[in-house]
Amino acid sequence: MRLFRLLTVLSFGALLLYAASGLPDRGDPDAPPHRVRSIAGSLGAAAYYIQHAQSDANTPNIVTVILADYRSYDTLGEATVIFTAGIICFLLLKRQKV
Amino acid sequence: MTLGSDSPIIVLTARMLAPFIQLFALYVVSHGHYSPGGGFQGGAMFAASVVLMRLVAGSAVGQVQFKSLWAVPLAVFGMFVYAGAGLLSMAMGGHYLDYDFLPMTWLDYPARHSFGILIVEAGVALGVTATMILLYDALIEGRADD
Repeated sequence: MRLFRLLTVLSFGALLLYAASGLPDRGDPDAPPHRVRSIAGSLGAAAYYIQHAQSDANTPNIVTVILADYRSYDTLGEATVIFTAGIICFLLLKRQKV
Repeated sequence: MTLGSDSPIIVLTARMLAPFIQLFALYVVSHGHYSPGGGFQGGAMFAASVVLMRLVAGSAVGQVQFKSLWAVPLAVFGMFVYAGAGLLSMAMGGHYLDYDFLPMTWLDYPARHSFGILIVEAGVALGVTATMILLYDALIEGRADD
């Protein structure tokens, strides 16, 4: 049984390594996620963010621009999740009734 | 309620350290435009300084610094700042969270976006700070060692 588990883990590790070998190189401009335009002709998001973040928001930190400007709906949801989870934990942990 | 530490060294070190942690937390929030950081990280650091004073100096001193009752209103206010930035730009004729339409007419287009990001980060920071303090107070409430 121990050997079986070890073999399972090793085979999954080998599968992951094999899958990782098919990933594009870091910063490869021809990789599908990094292309300015996809095959269908639509704009690629990553290339657009890198090219326009500074001029759109006057902010050198691209991560901040994506987080709080391009994807600010997402961050609003994240902050709401933290707030809601905190309030629910508070209500569960509270000893006396509110 | 907890009593805090008996050791004067720990109390003195934490007292000297806490203001600098708070200052660095504000730096992380406001400098998120230029360096790694932002609302979540800065808010967590600010809450860490408040929780540090509660651990070291006891709950009674901690209440003087930040009352437990303030935590829920502050978290709600943080979320309100974030959602309010979106509603404000919506009221000025844009989309939700479209910082072009913020009523800061003296700022040009990219600077308005930069300002909007700062507002949003401040809202996130307030929410995260208050939520973490809220959780610590809820866990420590009713402990028997006082």
